[in-house]
Amino acid sequence: MPTFVVRRLLWLPVLLVIVSFVTFVLGHYGPGDPAEVRLGERATPEAVALVREQLGLDRPFFVQYGSYLADVVRGDLGDSFSYRGRTVAELILPRMWVSVQLGLAAMLLAVSIGIPLGLIAAYQQGRWLDTALVSLTLFFLSTPVFISAPFLILLFAVQFGLLPVSGWDGLFSLSIVMPALVMGLPGVAGVVRLTRASAIDVLGQDYVRTARAKGLNEATVQMRHVLRNALTPLITVLGLSLATLVEGAFITETIFGIPGIGKLAVESIFSRDYPVIMALVLIVASAFVFANMVVDLLYGFIDPRTRQELGAYGAR
Amino acid sequence: MAHVDPNADLSADAAQAAGSEEQRRSRGPWVRAALQLLRRPKAVFGITVIVLLYGGGILAPLLAPYGFDDQDLLAAREGPSAEHLLGTDFVGRDVLSRVIYSLRTNLIVTATAVATGSLALGITLGLMAGYFGKRVDTVVMRVGEVFLAFPGLLLVILLAATVRPRVLDWVRSLEDATGIYGLAQWGIADYLVVFGALAVFSWVGVARLVRGQVIQLKAMPFVEASRTTGATAPRLILRHLLPNALPPVIVVVTMGMGAIAGAEVVLSWLGIGIQHPVPSLGSMIREGQDVSILRNQPHLILPPVVVVGLLVFAWNLLGDALNDVLNPRAR
Repeated sequence: MPTFVVRRLLWLPVLLVIVSFVTFVLGHYGPGDPAEVRLGERATPEAVALVREQLGLDRPFFVQYGSYLADVVRGDLGDSFSYRGRTVAELILPRMWVSVQLGLAAMLLAVSIGIPLGLIAAYQQGRWLDTALVSLTLFFLSTPVFISAPFLILLFAVQFGLLPVSGWDGLFSLSIVMPALVMGLPGVAGVVRLTRASAIDVLGQDYVRTARAKGLNEATVQMRHVLRNALTPLITVLGLSLATLVEGAFITETIFGIPGIGKLAVESIFSRDYPVIMALVLIVASAFVFANMVVDLLYGFIDPRTRQELGAYGAR
Repeated sequence: MAHVDPNADLSADAAQAAGSEEQRRSRGPWVRAALQLLRRPKAVFGITVIVLLYGGGILAPLLAPYGFDDQDLLAAREGPSAEHLLGTDFVGRDVLSRVIYSLRTNLIVTATAVATGSLALGITLGLMAGYFGKRVDTVVMRVGEVFLAFPGLLLVILLAATVRPRVLDWVRSLEDATGIYGLAQWGIADYLVVFGALAVFSWVGVARLVRGQVIQLKAMPFVEASRTTGATAPRLILRHLLPNALPPVIVVVTMGMGAIAGAEVVLSWLGIGIQHPVPSLGSMIREGQDVSILRNQPHLILPPVVVVGLLVFAWNLLGDALNDVLNPRAR
């Protein structure tokens, strides 16, 4: 295995441990004593002390962190404060699947619309179509989710009654259209800009001129030399868009009443359900770490020039 | 890459000897960039919108027709009229006044977060990592990578939720100690929590950028020349490396301004940012975001939504224009 792969893989568990430690510290020193939450407001100090002992909250800090790590590895993320008798894992798993479906739909939208538009803008560089596309993408990038969502609801649900106002009936239903659109539009804009910049860069390279000069037909030049190189940076979009999607999910899922982890996160913040918030931070952060590593590794395989740097710091 | 003035040292030293003529020339590239910028419609539009909106926010006590918390329950939920240009909300507060005061809130949070996070932390750490290299570099970049591993918004939320009670306690004890009361009530704690959390997460990008620039610049002949003539480390950093590393930083920070301003709105929308009674565009949007309100009282939601959209759009336009001017290779 190449060194850069080994280096990245070794760094992965370190990052995950740091992520879990930070999450644990925040939860540990955060407000809300799990024992008091279980017993309610009127519990006697003795009862609270007893439950604290049962839950192991009286043990030293690092012992608690150790058992927290062991629990997490076994898939035990603790109990929810506000959903009585439910474990955090029970709450999160089905919702995560919903969010993943929504995220995939949004990402698909971004890539399938964004790449063609970006290439068009690059070929039309400096003409009116390019200017229009660039301004339009800037506009969509500047439109936070909670701004586009009310407008879309007003238009498609209230005025025309074409789409349901809210709800979730799975991936292949009308209810996914508006949320996917709302989450996907900033992504479309991002992909267009990245594709355009990278295609313009490639079109100006010497090897494209060489390819034309040696008499290759235009189609071959475009496919073999321009497209292949222009689309490479888009791999980073996979990693980056995960961040945008997660952040978009909070608001989109809340507004459209979609039972995903974004809505769960917002509800947990309002009900001060810290075990759920901690678990979500841990899960999403781990997903980030994995996604970034995959992107870095892919980049290293596709573009050997970046390997040395990747061994040190990553692609972003 | 962007080298503002490879001869900065020479011309500056000459300026001390030769006087104002040379001094003017040493300012040259920046003035030229500013003039180029002002010739671009998107830059002019962006600057105008930002100045108008934030200017209104700064002058809020003079401009707003009512206080942000003045209730007139007899005139609640009214549409736009001569007394209330944008109508009133559900407890009869003037929407226009609340939007203006919200802009002040947003300006305070954004400016502080950018000044401490992107600029102070980001540039300092980036310069150190790039200049000293080796251990310093490794530590700074690794820590940055850890920060990047976290989903920014989610961790800011967790931070805000867990740290706020402690900051509130701290502010209360500060009140007791100093005898100055009203700090907690005025939302000082909220400001501290929100811009603290935002600042912690905005330094990494700038630090990486500055580091990359410094590493490239360190190898340039003019830096080496200066070093051989005995320039000290602070002089090298402040006089040669920093000024020449700045143009892309300006672009990136400007492009990030819209995101930070938007983050304040999102946090307040979630209910963990700026708290009642301090007005924020985010909490205004949350209050007005209901299908029945959308249908019957659009004057409650449209003003904050349009203002946020305009503000973020203006920052992005300005950042785009700056990128054209300061980063000619990208065009």
